[in-house]
Amino acid sequence: MNDYIQFQNVTFAYEIEGEAPKPVLKDFSLNVYAGEFVAVLGHNGCGKSTVAKLCNGIELPQKGKVLVDGLDTADEEKLLTIRQRVGMVFQNPDNQIVATIVEDDVAFGPENLGVDPSEIRRRVDDALKRVDMYDFRRFEPHNLSGGQKQRVAIAGVIAMQPACIVLDEPTAMLDPRGRKDVMETVKMLNREHGITVVLITHYMDEAAQADRVVVMDHGKVLLDGTPRQVFARGETLKQAGLDVPQATALAALLQRDGLDVPADVLTVDELADAIAAAKR
Amino acid sequence: MISDITIGQYYGGSSAVHRLDPRVKIILTTLFIVIIFLCKNFLSLAAMFVLTAASILISRVPFRMFFKSLKPILPIILLTAVLNIFYIKKGTVLWSFWIVTITTGGLATAFFMAVRIICLIMCSSLLTYTTTPTDLTDAIERLLSPLKVLHIQVHTLAMMMTLALRFIPTLIEEIERITNAQKARGADFESGGFLQRVKAMLPVLIPLFVSAFRRAYELSFAMTCRCYHGGEGRTRMKQMRVHAADFVALALFAVVMAGVIVLNHFFGKMI
Repeated sequence: MNDYIQFQNVTFAYEIEGEAPKPVLKDFSLNVYAGEFVAVLGHNGCGKSTVAKLCNGIELPQKGKVLVDGLDTADEEKLLTIRQRVGMVFQNPDNQIVATIVEDDVAFGPENLGVDPSEIRRRVDDALKRVDMYDFRRFEPHNLSGGQKQRVAIAGVIAMQPACIVLDEPTAMLDPRGRKDVMETVKMLNREHGITVVLITHYMDEAAQADRVVVMDHGKVLLDGTPRQVFARGETLKQAGLDVPQATALAALLQRDGLDVPADVLTVDELADAIAAAKR
Repeated sequence: MISDITIGQYYGGSSAVHRLDPRVKIILTTLFIVIIFLCKNFLSLAAMFVLTAASILISRVPFRMFFKSLKPILPIILLTAVLNIFYIKKGTVLWSFWIVTITTGGLATAFFMAVRIICLIMCSSLLTYTTTPTDLTDAIERLLSPLKVLHIQVHTLAMMMTLALRFIPTLIEEIERITNAQKARGADFESGGFLQRVKAMLPVLIPLFVSAFRRAYELSFAMTCRCYHGGEGRTRMKQMRVHAADFVALALFAVVMAGVIVLNHFFGKMI
C-alpha cells in the first residue's frame, strides 16, 4: 500500500506568549495509507486535533516533516494543492458553513479553486446526492439538524474532489441519529469512492468501525493496529484514559467469570453471537 | 421572540419581478429613488405612484407585507406631514388660531411629502421582498467590481456581508441560549428602569462576544481549509445573465423618467 500522509518525527508545541512552549507532539511518526480508513483515538489534550491541523498545513511542525502525497506541507506554493487533496471537517458544523444556502456552501470550495461554473454545478449536485442531502439543496443551513449540517460540510469537502478527508471529532456535537448518519456517510465514501479517511474521535464504537485504530497518548502513538488488536489491550487503553467499546468490556468480564467468549468482540451483535455459541 | 426577526425579509415567489436580474433590480431601485426626488408636481408624482403600484401588483407580494414595512416609518411620515402643515404658508388660509395657520399650500405639501416617502419605502421593500439576501450581496459585488481599479476590496466587503447574513440566525439562537442560561441562574431582565435593564444585558453580551470571536476563529480555519484565498482566481457557480425582461424593465423606467421630466417642465413646479 502507498503512503498518503506521512508524519516524519514531528515535534510540535503551541507557543503561548509569556509561557514556556507546551509540547503537544514529541517525535511523532505515523503513515496513513492511500484508501484506508484510520481512526485516531485519544483522550482530551493528547494532541489528536493537532494531528488534523498538521495534515493540510494549517499548522506546521517545528521539527520533522509532514508529507501529503509526497508534497511537504511546509512548501507554501503547494498549500492549495495539498488543501484540495486533503479535505477537513470540524466538530462544530455551524462554524464551517459559509453561505446562506446549502448548495452555495457546497460550491464554496470549487469556486475558490477556480473551477468552471458548469463543472461546479455538476460537482455540487453530485456531492449533495452522495451525502443524501440533494433534496435540501435550497434550504438555509440554520433550518437543518446538526447531523444534516455536518453532511453538508462533508459535501462541501467532497465537491473539491479530495483524495483524503480528515474529520476532527465530527460527531461530538450531534445526537445519536446524526452520529449514525454521519458515520454511514463517512464509511460509504471510504468503501465506495476509495477516499482515504482519517477519523479523529473519542468514541470507541466509531473507532471500532475503522480498518485501523491509532491510539495516542501524551503526543505519541501508544497502540496501532486493527480494532480487534487494539481493543484486546483493555489495560493499556485504561492507562491512556480510554475505555474499550461496551461490548468488548462486557466480553472481558464474562471471560473473567469463566464464560468461553473471545476477548476481541467489537459490536453488540458479535457479542450476542459469541454468547449464544458459548452457551450451546 | 427575537427569532421572529426575518433577515432580508425575502418573500418567495416566481413573478416577473422575482425573476429580474438582481443587478438590474438594484439599478432600477436606485433610479426610482433619484426620480422620485425629481418630481415637482402632483402629475409626475402620480406617474411614480402608478409605477410603484404596478410593480407591486406584478410581484404578487401581498399588500399587507408592505403595510408591515411602512409601520416603523409611520411616525416619520406623520411628523414630516405635521411640520409641513404648520410651517408652509402658501395659498388660501383655511384656519388660523394664535400663531398656528393652516393653508391649502401646507396641506398639499404635506400630502406630497407623505406620498413621496411611502413610494420610496414601498419600492425599496419590493427589492428586498423579491430578492434573496445572497443574490443581493452577489449583485452588489458584481455591480461594484469596477471599483477594483481604485484598489477597493469589493470581494472582501461582499464576503463580509455574506458571512454576516449567514451568522445572524446562529447568533440569535445563541442569544436565546445564553439568556435562558442566565435566567436559570436567577438573572432578571424584565424589571427595573432602562439603565438597570441595559446593565442586566451585560451577562448576555459578554459570553456572546466571546463565542462570536471563537466562531470567527474556527470559521477562518474552515475557510482556509477549503482553499479560500480571497477573490483572486475565484469563479462562481451561479452566473448572472441579463434577459430580455430586464431590458424591458429598464426601458419602462427610462420612459417614466422621461415622462416625469416632461411633466415637471410643462405643468409647473409645486414643491
